[in-house]
Amino acid sequence: MSVFIPERNWWAQPLGKDEKLWLKVCVLTAIILFLMMPLYNLMGHQNPSHEGYKVTPEKFNQLTEDFVAKNKVRDEVVKQRFGTTEVEMKIPVVHPGPGVKDIYLRARAWEFYPILELEEGREYRVHMSSMDYQHGFSLQPQNINFQILSGYDLVVTMTPRETGEFYVICNEYCALGHHTMIGKIIVK
Amino acid sequence: MADTYSNQFRTCETTGLKVYLPGERLFYVHAVTAVVALLTGGIMAILIALTRWPAVHLLPADLFYRFITAHGINMLVFWIVFFEMAGLIFASTAVLGSRLPAVWFGWLNYALMLVGALLTNYMIFTGQADVMFTSYPPLKANPNYYLGIILFAVGTLLACFHFMATLVVAKKEGYHKGSYPLFTFGILIAVILAIFTLLAGAATYIPTWLWAMGFIDSIDPSLYRLGFWGFGHSAQQINLAAMVSIWYLIGTLSVGAVPLNEKFSRAAFLLYLLGINVASVHHLLVDPGLSASFRIFNASYVIYAATIGSMIHAFSIPAAIEVAQRAKGYTNGLFEWLTKAPWSNPAFSGMALSIVIFGFGGGVTGVTQGVEQINIMSHNTLRIPGHFHVTVVGGTSLAFMALTYYALPLIMRRKLIGETWAKYQPWLFGIGISIFATGMSFAGILGVPRRHYDVTFSSAIFQVPFSATATTMLGLLGIGAIIAFIGLMIFCLIAALTAFFGERIEPKMEPHYPPYLKDGEVEVSAVAG
Repeated sequence: MSVFIPERNWWAQPLGKDEKLWLKVCVLTAIILFLMMPLYNLMGHQNPSHEGYKVTPEKFNQLTEDFVAKNKVRDEVVKQRFGTTEVEMKIPVVHPGPGVKDIYLRARAWEFYPILELEEGREYRVHMSSMDYQHGFSLQPQNINFQILSGYDLVVTMTPRETGEFYVICNEYCALGHHTMIGKIIVK
Repeated sequence: MADTYSNQFRTCETTGLKVYLPGERLFYVHAVTAVVALLTGGIMAILIALTRWPAVHLLPADLFYRFITAHGINMLVFWIVFFEMAGLIFASTAVLGSRLPAVWFGWLNYALMLVGALLTNYMIFTGQADVMFTSYPPLKANPNYYLGIILFAVGTLLACFHFMATLVVAKKEGYHKGSYPLFTFGILIAVILAIFTLLAGAATYIPTWLWAMGFIDSIDPSLYRLGFWGFGHSAQQINLAAMVSIWYLIGTLSVGAVPLNEKFSRAAFLLYLLGINVASVHHLLVDPGLSASFRIFNASYVIYAATIGSMIHAFSIPAAIEVAQRAKGYTNGLFEWLTKAPWSNPAFSGMALSIVIFGFGGGVTGVTQGVEQINIMSHNTLRIPGHFHVTVVGGTSLAFMALTYYALPLIMRRKLIGETWAKYQPWLFGIGISIFATGMSFAGILGVPRRHYDVTFSSAIFQVPFSATATTMLGLLGIGAIIAFIGLMIFCLIAALTAFFGERIEPKMEPHYPPYLKDGEVEVSAVAG
């Protein structure tokens, strides 16, 4: 019994027929599961692995501002409710010009900046970093999620395949305004 | 030497175990404190769940986030660890029939844990630590929040050392000889995992504490996440080892199940020890800064070694129960052993539900979400808490509750109050938490984020159109939470009423001398060894 001392030679007791069969099933399952991960990476056509680099928040902020200044096409006026008052804000919409592959998305409590306007079928390298807290990049309704940290540049290579408006929800708790943090990506 | 202690033992009339009374009192305080933490976490749970149900949306935003912090830490740390420390005392003193090396040391660890838990809770409820259970920097709490956790962890570490010292004393003074019983062996594995976990916790929380006090300028968020999950997820592996040990224990206590092959079961525990802690890296699968090969190797539990361990237990425990039942004459057909099992015994039904919910719900979702590609689709969505509520609540907590139905009469020596209610309690709790986790998981698959106050985004600049299905799933979450909460309240009520007002069962006092010292031959070999 599990609360009493086992027989002296418990380690010499051979496995039964059923136990041996089950052990084989277990090991086989584990090997198949293990092989699936690299195989998905090499042969599957989804979810590219991302890259990570170190970057200071100041440097990343500068890269984002330069990127916005060069490629901004218009401002989008949005309204945010604070209690009973509504505040109007302008967020730049950025359409990367021809040849611009590296695009920047800055996360800060509690905004994603800027709004990205991308072209269907064109490959981009999306850089993301945080200026302050940890944030989450959650692209909806595709449900693709990454962790955004300050001090680190996370680069995802992606090619939009559908047109329309997509949203980026912050899904890492970033203090009280967390649930108001949301960004937009437009694909044309 | 033995004479000082020989009159402090009683004999358990059900199991024949020799129980060391000072250890029993320590067990009592740890277990009662655990249930208080469970109750606190449970009240937080229902309030949060009713806020996430969009049709109810109960709490204001600040309280919602504060209560998630309180819920996380009271449930994942205080309830479970206090209960496990009670389990350590049982596994070392009662199962081995040994004395404790130093009773005061046990009280010291309890005092540290209690002070730590109270301090942390005080910081959270006074709004000085709205940082979630994870407290990812640069979110900063009052330094005393981290101090509370550190004190609690130090207390836990002392309890682990005390457990190991008891094993030494049991052998040395002749209370025990030979291999450890399987239950003690499993708990020993949990303790080894705990020591690793607590070291990772110290490496994470101590610098963070210094940072919160201003002695360190900044904490690298990526490094913190690595260290934190070395603590946070490894802590769940302690729970796993403890829970599986309890499954074996309840199998023995309820139907007299004997492990079919000690080697098979013990090897499975060893696989936990070898393969499980590296799996913590699956929390970092979508973080910047780690290479793909590093992520794959670690997140797969070293080629799923620990998964093999769990699958072995999933075979061995039901098989042991089947053999024990068939030996009692339930041999008709394939399943008479199962249909004639003691289902009205809450410990048995709790254990059976715990195995099913943990294995089919928790194990499968966990292995799935640990796959790199699937993790991209589930990271920080409700799918993650959907997973760990079936492992740590439907699995571990339910197993602990089930064991409590034995602990109350056998260790606390009180007649159970509310036996009829107890019969239904595991079912209510198990089914409720399964409905709840189903709602969570499917909402998460549809993209609904975890730890999020308002998924209608009513005060944000854009309103994301989540599908009606997602809203329905959040409703399911709410309904499941209510059912599980009723189950939890019944449990807390039964445990509290019984512990304080239950009819006392008088202990059968018998002098207990270390059995292996009376034999001269053993004494010689013990000295020689």
